[in-house]
Amino acid sequence: MSDFFTMASLVFVVGSGIRLATPFLLAALGETIGQRSGVLNLGVEGVMLLGAFGAYYTILETKTPVLGVLVGIGVGLVMGVVYGLVTVSLRAEQGISGIGIFLFGLGMSDLLFQKQVGTPLPIRGFDDWHIPLLSEIPKVGEMFFQHSVLVYLAFVLVPVVAFLINRTTFGLNIRAVGENPAAADSLGVSVARVRYGTIILANLLAGLAGAVLAIELGIFQQNLTSGQGFIAVALVYFGAWRPTGVMAGALLFGLVSATVLQWKTLGIVSGAASSITAMAPAVLTIVALVIITRTVGQPSALTKPFDRGS
Amino acid sequence: MRRGARGALAAVFGPRLAGPLVPAVAVLAAFAVGAAMIAALGANPLDGYRALFEGAFGDLDALADTSLKAMPLLLVGTGICIAFRASVINIGGEGQIIAGAILSTFVALLFGDLPRPVLVPLVLVAGAVGGAIWGAIPGFLKAYSNVNEILSTIMLNIVAVQLMNFLLRDPIMDPAEKITGRIPQTERLSENAHLPILPGGTRLNLGVPVAVLVAIFAYLLLWRTSLGYRLRAVGHSAPAARYAGIPVRRTIVAAMTLSGAMCGIAGAILVFGSESHRFVTDGSSVGFTGSAGFNGIVAALFGGLHPLWTIPASFLFGGLLLGANVMQRAVQVPAALIVALNGVVVVFVVSSDRMRHLISERLSDRSPEAGIEPSREAPT
Repeated sequence: MSDFFTMASLVFVVGSGIRLATPFLLAALGETIGQRSGVLNLGVEGVMLLGAFGAYYTILETKTPVLGVLVGIGVGLVMGVVYGLVTVSLRAEQGISGIGIFLFGLGMSDLLFQKQVGTPLPIRGFDDWHIPLLSEIPKVGEMFFQHSVLVYLAFVLVPVVAFLINRTTFGLNIRAVGENPAAADSLGVSVARVRYGTIILANLLAGLAGAVLAIELGIFQQNLTSGQGFIAVALVYFGAWRPTGVMAGALLFGLVSATVLQWKTLGIVSGAASSITAMAPAVLTIVALVIITRTVGQPSALTKPFDRGS
Repeated sequence: MRRGARGALAAVFGPRLAGPLVPAVAVLAAFAVGAAMIAALGANPLDGYRALFEGAFGDLDALADTSLKAMPLLLVGTGICIAFRASVINIGGEGQIIAGAILSTFVALLFGDLPRPVLVPLVLVAGAVGGAIWGAIPGFLKAYSNVNEILSTIMLNIVAVQLMNFLLRDPIMDPAEKITGRIPQTERLSENAHLPILPGGTRLNLGVPVAVLVAIFAYLLLWRTSLGYRLRAVGHSAPAARYAGIPVRRTIVAAMTLSGAMCGIAGAILVFGSESHRFVTDGSSVGFTGSAGFNGIVAALFGGLHPLWTIPASFLFGGLLLGANVMQRAVQVPAALIVALNGVVVVFVVSSDRMRHLISERLSDRSPEAGIEPSREAPT
């Protein structure tokens, strides 16, 4: 254990924790927007897988990371339209249709991977961007300012999403539709249009999250996300539907994952016991869910389809 | 959820045809999507589907293997029928299967000397108990702490997989494997715990009739007992049920416990009906369950959340999963296609309610709501 508490090891854990938090953060920010408008998007896991494969395959073929990111976002856009059609226009039950989207993404990404790629070849993503001056600070620079541009992007999006939800007309509409769709409707806000908007944003970010995951790992494989999309959904509860809370949750999860990995690398936990430590994020999520649902109220209209009537 | 769809369809086609038509249309649409995907991958859809169906239903051995593949889907699906009918969305089938397998394996390791007529029922009961515990946890959390059961069951899936990986890599790992290999598996479990093979020369074992019996039991439970009445009442409207004096919280826990128990039986059967006679994985949940915890949901939705209709539905989806491997060899389309199609079926089935409603509005001249039951009964 003393190996773990060296400066070099701790700096490394914080740095990789931030890196590992990025996909969680992107997906959970999108999910926050969706849930604030009353839409539970459980398909995140599937959309992440599709976005991850899309980005991986594009970069494998073109060697252009930027194109990969765009494809990931594009995949999210398409899936967002589909999910909007299913849950808003056809008013399907959100939880179950989300599982449908998950299964579709799981099977489809695996299918395309086996058919188009077969053997997993590594891809090369973005070079780390050392922020001038800041990255020179000893230790701190190494932890916070020597990351890929995608990592900075995710954290910049936190205040952006907070501003969108709390300070814009669209954000006001999102909150109104999420708390009381009938009232919003009577004031002339189109519940369907607002929810289509939030669903597309949510899926777009989920696709981006998948792309980031594939690029950071430099590889794709069947079920690459292995539950990260579902954890991202839980993080929204964890963060009490606020972007800053969600960021705190994502960072906690990133750090826990990084710690577990580092323990494994240093041989502090070996072999079978590493499975026990790998339970930590899931157990943490359940505990957090219990505490949060006791103390904070969720958006009133969450998971409830809106029927405008005649 | 289904009654709305049936009601709308009944208005158009008459009540008799309405029931089977909803899922039939959904699966046909999914097959059409699948055909397009096979074609897009450069193979002939007809050849693909022919290989798939021959592989699944072509001869007696194929039918027996399809039944074996359908067994976990039926047990999970039956559990899903009970949970969803009570408006509890149990996504934790994977974890509950694993929990059942773990507990039943422990029983077989501890009491391997018991005679077969005692040990076989005992491991099945142990499986049910293991699954029931894993289902009861999210049930309690939902009933008494208002924790969203979808999220808690998904998290418990992750916990169960890691618990399985830990146990199979150390405490109950095959002693021989510890020295030589790296496969996470137990030793060959006691002969007395093996499920008997049914006569007929196929691989069919006792697990299949057990699953069918459980489905029939669930049907009787839901529609012939007061517990079943309470489950359905809570599913229709929790406030109304509470007003009628039904203990809503206890009923939610009961729904999740029963649902988990059925998944747990599937876990025990997967271990003791396997040809290797061991509990073995590849480190992921899929390696042991074959995603039955998710595919069972598809079968249950396709069976209209009715345990008896879930029997043929599971048989169909078991066949698709089995036939997909034959298709993969015949036309080089990966078997993962079926997983993707399962997702499409789910989306179609849950969307079909509203779709039917819209179609029936177009077809009939009556006002939209006349003569049709309220369209939504979503299990939330």
